[in-house]
Amino acid sequence: MALQIIKEKTSGKINTVTIGATKDSGGTRTSVVTIGGDTALPFMHFEGEFPYKPVIAMEVQSRNPEQWNETVKAPFADVLGNPAAWAKKCVEQYGAEIIYLKLSGADPDMENHSPEECVKIVKSVLAAVGVPLIVVGCGDDEKDNVVIPMVAEATAGENLLIGVGEQENYKSVVAAAMVHKHNVIALTPCDINICKQLNILITEMGLPLDKIVVDPGAGGLGYGIEYTYSILERGRLGALQGDKMLATPIIATVGYEAWRAKEANASETEFPAWGNQAERGILWEAMTATALLQGGVHLIVMRHPEAISLVKKNIADLMVPSAY
Amino acid sequence: MIMIGERINGMFKDIGKAVIEWDPKPIQEWAIKQKEAGAHYLDINTGPNAEDQVKCLKWMVECVQEVSDLPIALDCTNFDAIEAAIKILKRPGMINSCKCEQEEIDRLFPLAVEHNAAIIALCMTNKGVPKSADDRTAYAMELVANADAYGLPFEDLYLDPICLPVNVAQEHAVEVLETLRQIKTLSNPAPRTTIGLSNVSQKTPHRPLINRTFAVMAMAAGLDSAIMDVNDDLMVDAIATARLILNKDIYCDSYQKVFRQHS
Repeated sequence: MALQIIKEKTSGKINTVTIGATKDSGGTRTSVVTIGGDTALPFMHFEGEFPYKPVIAMEVQSRNPEQWNETVKAPFADVLGNPAAWAKKCVEQYGAEIIYLKLSGADPDMENHSPEECVKIVKSVLAAVGVPLIVVGCGDDEKDNVVIPMVAEATAGENLLIGVGEQENYKSVVAAAMVHKHNVIALTPCDINICKQLNILITEMGLPLDKIVVDPGAGGLGYGIEYTYSILERGRLGALQGDKMLATPIIATVGYEAWRAKEANASETEFPAWGNQAERGILWEAMTATALLQGGVHLIVMRHPEAISLVKKNIADLMVPSAY
Repeated sequence: MIMIGERINGMFKDIGKAVIEWDPKPIQEWAIKQKEAGAHYLDINTGPNAEDQVKCLKWMVECVQEVSDLPIALDCTNFDAIEAAIKILKRPGMINSCKCEQEEIDRLFPLAVEHNAAIIALCMTNKGVPKSADDRTAYAMELVANADAYGLPFEDLYLDPICLPVNVAQEHAVEVLETLRQIKTLSNPAPRTTIGLSNVSQKTPHRPLINRTFAVMAMAAGLDSAIMDVNDDLMVDAIATARLILNKDIYCDSYQKVFRQHS
């Protein structure tokens, strides 16, 4: 007797979000990235559709991140401090399909770049590469609320993914996205209830759900990744059962999370049993990414080219349809 | 919880009058009002005043479909009327209802299958409503077996254990709750359950409170849907809250609003 495969039937679907706009759609990008559209649990190809593969965004910062581990800085040693050249290297040498630009230099405690300087930096990156762009602020709410709307205005038509909107501070970024037609990252601190509520608040302002990408607040490997996983799972199950307010694609800042773990940075002399630090750090980033992929992340922000190449291989394997 | 709006029924004065005068306005107003309140289905019943039920039910369906895209529950004891109306539904609807009588089953189950419709099947026969949960469940099993035989998906079979007014038949409600629990064990996937919710409070002065209390108790026992007053806001709030307590919807501060948007 033939084996009967039991399939879960669900009615919901993850939204698709497109980032970037080519000339035909009012932008200047040479390619765009579309994510989402899943109709089943992650990679259960026999139960549903997965029209778009998860995509890796390579992280570029607007200032020289001297605090980064040498291992991560090494591949970019010639371009750190020059965001346009850095982005170009990501695309041309490492095949990045999308760039995540963090305007870290806007931080009042760092270079304190003016909003105008930030706009210039974003424009220089747009000019240097043809792939779409994710642009996020430095993390200082007051400053970001000035910088991001100006960036959004100066890049109108490019259909960026801008961020971040949080429960206590989402209005200026959402308004900027609505007026200048960009997408928004909605960030919540590992809390499914606030995640759903923030999506409601943002859509109530008038931004359509298919312009939102959720950052569930990832924990790195060893630092609460299991909480993130359970939130991803809960949200995905809710979305598949028809909860539209949870049907947004997911972004995770894997590079940031992985490279702040002690295990990624501690030297071999300090912990001989842990082995070579560079290799360990790269694997730490790759493992954080692959674990979150299993939870259903659509857009993974990463740093080290070797980790990225490992995860790309993993994505290719995961996207092969099941045999039955 | 699938909410079937009960209001387009000739038993209500305004709809009864509309049926006699062939006036679409009150029917369409209630279609819109119930949709806005979060109804998933709209029940349509001509009431006793319709001269020609076949013609009238069809006309009411047309009126409703002009202003709403919600699926429709055809609520009629005249099966010719159901058969005529089901053919013009824009979305797969629901047949309301079929007693546990072989003659009715043989007529309505194949009709539901043919039109991809759901069907409400009652745990009672022409002899009346049984008293105990066991007898109700026996009828439920009979209906499940027939669904299987006719190829009606169990998810499209809505079993109604029949609740009676609490002021005259108080011993029934507890049997209904037990029947709901038992129905969920009859097949895999389990059949769905439904109930005419407002029935429980007939002719009492405390109708909304009794309806609400019964609704959340029944949900805990396995109630999936109800023919109900969807414009009773407190009722819909109570249902939305029960879904949280039962861990069926994910909590957020605006959960009552979100629940209404689900349709």
